[in-house]
Amino acid sequence: MKNNALTTLLMASSILGTAGLAVAQDKTITIESWRNDDLAIWQEKLIPAFEAKNPGIKVVFAPSAPTEYNAALNAKLDAGSAGDLITCRPFDASLELYNKGHLANLADLPGMENFSDVAKSAWTTDDGSADFCVPMASVIHGFIYNADAFEQLGIAVPATEEEFFAALEKIKADGTFIPMAMGTKDLWEAATMGYQNIGPNYWKGEEGRLALIKGEQKLTDPQWVEPFAALAKWKDYLGDGFEAQSYPDSQNLFTLGRAAIYPAGSWEISVFNTQADFKMGAFPPPVKNAGDECYISDHNDIAIGLNPKSPNADAAKAFLSWVASPEFATIYANALPGFFSLSSTPVKMEDPLAQEFVSWRDKCKSTIRSTYQILSRGTPNLENETWVKSANVINGTETPEAAAKALQDGLDSWYKPAK
Amino acid sequence: MATEAKKPIRWHIAVFLAPAVLVYTAVMIVPLFGTLQLSLFSADGQTRVFAGLDNFRTLFFDPRWSASFWNALWNNTWFFIIHMLVQNPIGVVLAALLSSPKLRFSAFYRTAIFIPTILSFVIVGFAWKLILSPLWGVAPNLLDLVGLKSLFTPWLGKEEYALTTLGLISVWQFVGIPMMLIYAALLSIPDEVIEAAECDGITGMAQFWKIKLPLILPSIGIISILTFVGNFNAFDLIYSAQGALAGPNFSTDILGTFLYRTFFGFQLQIGDPYMGSTIASMMFFIILAGVCLYLFAVQTRLRRYQF
Repeated sequence: MKNNALTTLLMASSILGTAGLAVAQDKTITIESWRNDDLAIWQEKLIPAFEAKNPGIKVVFAPSAPTEYNAALNAKLDAGSAGDLITCRPFDASLELYNKGHLANLADLPGMENFSDVAKSAWTTDDGSADFCVPMASVIHGFIYNADAFEQLGIAVPATEEEFFAALEKIKADGTFIPMAMGTKDLWEAATMGYQNIGPNYWKGEEGRLALIKGEQKLTDPQWVEPFAALAKWKDYLGDGFEAQSYPDSQNLFTLGRAAIYPAGSWEISVFNTQADFKMGAFPPPVKNAGDECYISDHNDIAIGLNPKSPNADAAKAFLSWVASPEFATIYANALPGFFSLSSTPVKMEDPLAQEFVSWRDKCKSTIRSTYQILSRGTPNLENETWVKSANVINGTETPEAAAKALQDGLDSWYKPAK
Repeated sequence: MATEAKKPIRWHIAVFLAPAVLVYTAVMIVPLFGTLQLSLFSADGQTRVFAGLDNFRTLFFDPRWSASFWNALWNNTWFFIIHMLVQNPIGVVLAALLSSPKLRFSAFYRTAIFIPTILSFVIVGFAWKLILSPLWGVAPNLLDLVGLKSLFTPWLGKEEYALTTLGLISVWQFVGIPMMLIYAALLSIPDEVIEAAECDGITGMAQFWKIKLPLILPSIGIISILTFVGNFNAFDLIYSAQGALAGPNFSTDILGTFLYRTFFGFQLQIGDPYMGSTIASMMFFIILAGVCLYLFAVQTRLRRYQF
């Protein structure tokens, strides 16, 4: 049924698109995207809102399957048949498109001033001279908890690492709930929901991340090893057989109410809202000592850029400026709770869990995942290695120090920081 | 006028061979040589440059590449050993049981044992992941029923067990093939030979070891080489059960998954078709060497019996 609906929508959009052309005066701009899940949101909410304000411009959202997007887009760009607007993957995939001349420099676009440097960091050249995509959304890491379970056991929301482990210990001692729902089978959970989730508090967010890129800090420094040491302690609080527990297993364990805490990315919110029938809350990664400055991973995920060969560049730029506006941010963030606008102006959201996540931006400093920018360009790939090593550390098959050393050695083998 | 009768050119042979040769050349031989050729190049920015044997040097002498390569090769060898030690003997035993005239419902058993072979890897991988799941799987409960719950561990998540577990899953899936081939070989043994053996007083197990086994040895040889080629080309089961990173800690990484990761890239790692082709070429050479060894060293020594 869902497929049928999708097909109908696609057909409708193509017919509407052609109809738009037939009216002649109207300019039609086409958006390339991998987010086919969002088709309905674009067609029912975002595009009508834009078209109402900009008569004479028709927008067509033309998504392809996520796994095919990169290859299909490259082929279309090379052949010159790509749409006017291009949805940007973060970091190197888009940077490569810009370097090949497939994305225009948007640094002067009206509306870009609404974004901070961190927000733009995923779509900027290494020297920061050009921005080639308008940031749309990010995902925030933290912990989602079963509020009913916390109430039942009389646990307060933990703010420091000590409280966090005390809470886990209490849940474990009680035995009703599995303290934490996470597995190491799929590897990336360990790295993304583990290392990159709690890490920024140790390496002080952007400060540590940039120092790593500049070569001033090493992965073997204490601030980079400590998150591994904390992960190693998680082992005792995961469910039986967590070594063979996959990502969907973890999601189900939590939404079925069998686990109390879920190390999360904010993209889980909409799924959990529909599946869990208990009250949920969220807390940011705990800090070491009460009152410490807190840091969160607010990772850039999606943006939109301009195809320089677009015949309707003016119309496309008007659209991009609108994407940079608070109006777009409000519609988008509410339609997709868990994908947060990167705009500096605060966005009002209805979903309480999403509100909780986004409120951390005010009290904590934002950073992005440490391995994504520049450091994962070579072989061995730092991000992929981090997956494997984080899982090893949680499984207890490798010490935090050995894992950190292996990562740094791998990085040293190809990465020479610019002096 | 004694002109020699010229042998007519037998066009029909070429005509009949042509479709198969053309299709095979287009989809197998050309890509194979393309891969071998690609392994001699490397990328310099956007252009392709000739690199000679540099890629092979990297694969064997760069400490990281060679560690990954030898790890994958050893895992692959272990995967093959499991098949040779478990799959093929069980296949022979099953075939011997099935060919026993006293067995009832043999057609049913034969079909039931063969069915997993025709299932997709994705289904097999997913089904076994569920069966062995520590959370929802039936394996922990079944072990609990017989009081052996303590033996259960999350096999697919443990470095020391994961590859062996996957090997046994693959054995479960493919045991039907040696069974069928041996079964056919056993059926083709003429009754006279068996009767003669019985007249000489060789019956039961002795008959199997002394009469039937030597007669089916050539089939076992063929099965071994099929297993070898199949195992060293394996990829699907590992990929569907453990993902492209072949976790935990690369303990289930075989040449196929190593090739896939390198050639197509994975997550943030960008694909490297040149090193990928180098690994693919090595897989080709390993299989070629194995098959040659078999053809020249083993098959020529197998005795064949004419009836």
